[in-house]
Amino acid sequence: MTAEQTLKTEKMSGAKIFLECLREEGVDKIFGYPGGVILHVYDELYSCDFIKHYLVRHEQAAVHAAEGYARITGKPGVVLVTSGPGACNAITGIANAYYDSYPLVVFTGQVDSKLIGNDAFQEADIVGITRSCCKHNYLVKNISDLPRVIKESFHIAKTGKPGPVVVSLPKDVLTSKMEFKYPDKISLPGYNPNYEGHPIQCKKALKLLCEAERPAIISGGGVIHSDAWNEIRELAKKLNIPVATTLMGIGTFPQDEDLSLGMLGMHGNYWANLAISNCDVLFAVGTRFNDRITGCLKRFCKDAQVIHVDIDPCSISKNVHVDIPIVGDAKNVLNIMLKEFDTGKYTYEEQFRRIWVEQINSWKSKKVIKSVDSCKMSPQTVIEHIYNKTKDKNPIIATEVGQHQMWTAQLYKFKEPRKLVTSGGLGTMGFGFPAAIGAQIADKDRLVFNIAGDGSIQMNIQELMTCVDYKIPVKIAIINNGYLGMVRQWQEKLFNKHYSQTPITSPDYVKLAESYGILGMRITEESQIDEALDKAIAYDGPVIMDFVVEPFEMVYPWVLAGKPLNEVLMSNNAEGE
Amino acid sequence: MKHTISVLVKNEPGILSCVCDLFSTRGFNIESLTVAATIDESFSRITIVTTGDEVVIEQICKQLNRLINTIKVVELPKSAEKCIDRELILCKVTAKDDARSEILRISEIFGAKIIDVSPDTYTLEYSGDSRQIMAIIALLRPLGVKELVRSGMVAITRENQFININK
Repeated sequence: MTAEQTLKTEKMSGAKIFLECLREEGVDKIFGYPGGVILHVYDELYSCDFIKHYLVRHEQAAVHAAEGYARITGKPGVVLVTSGPGACNAITGIANAYYDSYPLVVFTGQVDSKLIGNDAFQEADIVGITRSCCKHNYLVKNISDLPRVIKESFHIAKTGKPGPVVVSLPKDVLTSKMEFKYPDKISLPGYNPNYEGHPIQCKKALKLLCEAERPAIISGGGVIHSDAWNEIRELAKKLNIPVATTLMGIGTFPQDEDLSLGMLGMHGNYWANLAISNCDVLFAVGTRFNDRITGCLKRFCKDAQVIHVDIDPCSISKNVHVDIPIVGDAKNVLNIMLKEFDTGKYTYEEQFRRIWVEQINSWKSKKVIKSVDSCKMSPQTVIEHIYNKTKDKNPIIATEVGQHQMWTAQLYKFKEPRKLVTSGGLGTMGFGFPAAIGAQIADKDRLVFNIAGDGSIQMNIQELMTCVDYKIPVKIAIINNGYLGMVRQWQEKLFNKHYSQTPITSPDYVKLAESYGILGMRITEESQIDEALDKAIAYDGPVIMDFVVEPFEMVYPWVLAGKPLNEVLMSNNAEGE
Repeated sequence: MKHTISVLVKNEPGILSCVCDLFSTRGFNIESLTVAATIDESFSRITIVTTGDEVVIEQICKQLNRLINTIKVVELPKSAEKCIDRELILCKVTAKDDARSEILRISEIFGAKIIDVSPDTYTLEYSGDSRQIMAIIALLRPLGVKELVRSGMVAITRENQFININK
């Protein structure tokens, strides 16, 4: 027997097989936190030269970081945590990736399979707990299933509508031994995502769009997943149709184009919301019509015919009635439509388009009126300065959730996808900073900004040490208004200014930065912003910028929850208009 | 409106709770649910009776389909010409004096079987469609039903319509 043959038939532990499977999947970076039952894997990692493990300070951050990584690379982010508390801490991250459809494979340790169900130390039924917040999950009961399960997990995570897959690994599976062979085929008879897009439906959609007098496009996060932004741009230009994006779809259509309506929805542009409300044919691609973009469902696009493209049949006709459903991958569907249009059989009436575009342009003159006349620095100004300083540096901008997130979405004119990293569906405060870490790890040479609120940043601020450990130069810009601003905004408008539990205090961020050995700055005047940003960008390492801003600024435009999309408030004094 | 959905799934632990969880997290109703292995024991058939308008039923079918371990989801036709459905009941009835012969009579009319006898009770086994089950229960109730066990509905399409792995 040759040495090579010996190696092949040598039995390996489950822990080693686990790492070999990751190697087969091309995984070279994982985010995690060790613990009791997962120790055997960590022991194998000790001498593993093909996987770099990033130790975080809280498991939730590991999952967010992996999602940040997935958002930039398009590849599944991989997480390794222990059983019980480790797995439970990961849940918010898993749910976040599920709602925003980013691929993750999350491996959690589990107590010995013979102990499962006995309320053992650090046992949690993670398969049961995560069932409603992940795309699929597995409990591996036998080492012989391990390679197959891992292969299936990666396949499920990245295909169809992407999402997180959770794999629970009992300790005895990791310690028992067998010969390793990675399966080359996958058999999942119940899982066949439809990528094709029905050609007849595509033709019908194209015909309807050409016949439309006032067509509009909504481009959602699905356009990013299927890399279809070039196609959406081409279609919009060829058919001369204005495009609004959802929060998740930001960057799929350049905001400086004439046809761009920018973001729609609760805090979307006035003209985007009016265009969608008044269109006669709506072409929605890769969006699930979340309530934040539809407003009052009954009155959403009530006179329009709706064409909906989505890879997930469940998203179609779930919230909004659809006249032409197209199940398929956005890129394929749009390509079929473009090819069909190029045959020359389809024409549209240019005059209608001109009137429609003029109408939209007339809405564009309507401006938001500042809420507060204050001598303090305005939060919007800070974000505009960040935009001007970073726009030419191909940056990644990660945000937390709240006012600063909406201002970033409104004021930062993204021209390309995969540049804004933000939690849309679940709306997870504390997401942005660890996601920025993951994004920076995905692309170490890019400039990565985390625009945060003083509330959000404190939810995962422990990750500063992770940044220091791995020299991850994320620039944190805290828009510090001393409040949980978005909630305060609702309280001001809807709860008689009862600021119940929304004033929030912060540590001295400059001293905090010092204690971590990184650069910290406090900025209180508009005149200091540019200098601070220059310094932060030039600094080789993580930076905290504490922008102390006017507390009572509000995010407008604002469509109050449950109101129709065309009832847009533009200032504190405005009624719906 | 009642609808019957037939779901072919992998016969694996956890799949039933996946299906049940889906109904509870999405706020769908389950009127009854039966599950057992098919002729190929690596698969199970779940028959679910649920209520909802067409939009809800469409969502239920789509969401069931979306589960990785479901192989096939079919909403069964409502008409008896295309689909046959059955439920099974086991019913323990107080049987004293005159009631004993009355129970026997009812049982004979419906074609039910007496499967257990005691000095005070008869236990009936009966299978039929929902309407027949309701009818026999209505007749037995005044006689004193001590215990009633009712299976969920199982249903099968007529003739050459198959729901299996190859189709």
